[in-house]
Amino acid sequence: MNYAVSARGKKWFAALTGASVPMAGDPGSLWTADAALGPHTPRFLCVVPDPNGLLPRARQGEVGLEEAYALASRVDEVVDADKGNSVKRPIIAVVDVKSQAYGRLEEIAAIYLAGAAAVDAYATARTSGHPVIALIVGHAISGAFLAHGYQANRILAFDDPGVMIHAMHKEAAARITRRSVADLEKLGKTILPLSYDVKDYAKLGLLYRLIEVDKPDDPQDVAVANVRQHLLDAIADAQQGPSDLSNRLESEGARNTRKASIHVRQEMERQWQLS
Amino acid sequence: MTNTDSQVNELVLPAAEPEFVRRHSFIELSARERAMTFFDSGTARELLGSFDRIESPWLPLQDVTPQADDGCVVIRGKIGAENAVVVALEGAFQGGSVGEVSGMKCAAALDLATRDNERGVKTNAILLLETGGVRLQEANLGLAVTAEVMASIMNLRKHVPVVCVIAGTVGCFGGMSLAVGLASYIVMTREARLGMNGPEVIEQEAGVDEFDSKDKALIWAINGGDQRYQTGLVDFLVEDAVEKIVDATRACLKMGVPREHRSAKVGLFRKRVEALNPSAVWDNPSKLRESWTKEAQP
Repeated sequence: MNYAVSARGKKWFAALTGASVPMAGDPGSLWTADAALGPHTPRFLCVVPDPNGLLPRARQGEVGLEEAYALASRVDEVVDADKGNSVKRPIIAVVDVKSQAYGRLEEIAAIYLAGAAAVDAYATARTSGHPVIALIVGHAISGAFLAHGYQANRILAFDDPGVMIHAMHKEAAARITRRSVADLEKLGKTILPLSYDVKDYAKLGLLYRLIEVDKPDDPQDVAVANVRQHLLDAIADAQQGPSDLSNRLESEGARNTRKASIHVRQEMERQWQLS
Repeated sequence: MTNTDSQVNELVLPAAEPEFVRRHSFIELSARERAMTFFDSGTARELLGSFDRIESPWLPLQDVTPQADDGCVVIRGKIGAENAVVVALEGAFQGGSVGEVSGMKCAAALDLATRDNERGVKTNAILLLETGGVRLQEANLGLAVTAEVMASIMNLRKHVPVVCVIAGTVGCFGGMSLAVGLASYIVMTREARLGMNGPEVIEQEAGVDEFDSKDKALIWAINGGDQRYQTGLVDFLVEDAVEKIVDATRACLKMGVPREHRSAKVGLFRKRVEALNPSAVWDNPSKLRESWTKEAQP
């Protein structure tokens, strides 16, 4: 199954950092840069398409073996460098990942562990006090999003039809659940967590902000300045709050749509204390 | 013992009975029965059990019958006289898939175990995983709670080892395979499989030449417990027998928190990935055992 290769991640990474290359020793599919943002110098990371990548199944912007371990190294580096510092540098994941890499070699070489290494790095950064911010400019799908973005303590997304946050691409999800793509789209209109529309995703309460961006495929100065301000707000908010993910359940959206999650946590705590 | 008694015993229990007949299978047990096998007798108590009827709010909207425990069993009690919680996903309900409720039961139990440990009350944790990953009928919430389960494992494993058991036959795939990657120790059987992308999904996304989902031998050669153990990705490979799985899991608890978790050995695995030959056909996955030795084990 082929999907259009997105250039949004690259464009926004370049617009925010002024850089557009990997760090020395990294695969061409991971761009990393330390760039000024207000009073901070966050580390920005973005998985990008690289048609010349070593592993064929990860050439179109997927999170594959190389990308996941490179992400983990580059995040670990920031955590190690800031050990002992009271103020920790922010880490910003610019997210435009179509999926994890689907391949035989990927399974043989335990891509699940590569994904876990990236999760480990991001979660360790967050709990060590680094504000970890995910900025979703395009796709954030399935295991790729778990490995690159979902451990952030604040998640922002563009309010745009080109943004897709989901557990699986429509075609694959339709096959696995034995439904047609049309049925799946219809269900998504009434059942919030199934929707492929970012406006519906925002109602789940997982986002810090849904950002309106003028021409998301062509970042201009005003739009970039606007996004920077949202990132600064997210960093400040993350610095004030706890380093766990509790904010995702305390949001207004969560109080409306994740009643079951909230009920499970309350009831589990009550029964835990009794047992 | 009289001579007559021993003759009677021989008649009742013939010595020729093969070992596998007497073995108490773990795989044949339900999630609830599996979880119960770990606890010191009389100490186990289920939390948010079937009588609490906390079900998926999303399945009935799609004409799918929910289950009163949402396919996730949480049991607290003592294991080897220490506090412990066991979370078991029921492979027989919706493929063990992670929905909003089942995933949150897991995350909430792990977080409470973390809180107890932080307060000086040692509490161990064991996850029994039989799951295809995110429940696609709850798509985005399944993915979100999977991320939350992972955050919970990361917090808990600072205090006590988090042990994952994959006994089969569903195995562990999808988002939850990343959670297994975060585990302190992993116990598997030969019947179990562990991988990120299920064979059907790879075939759909990359074609039948990349992965033929009907090729069972290939699937086990890649995802099977034996291969994962022989390449150093799993700590114990055990037979499908209650006693052996419980013993291996208790041994993991005794080993304590590893000095460095597998998911933190980024340098080692990055080198291994860089050394892979992408142009090879990789029709014999066992070749990986030559270079991926067991040094990765904690």
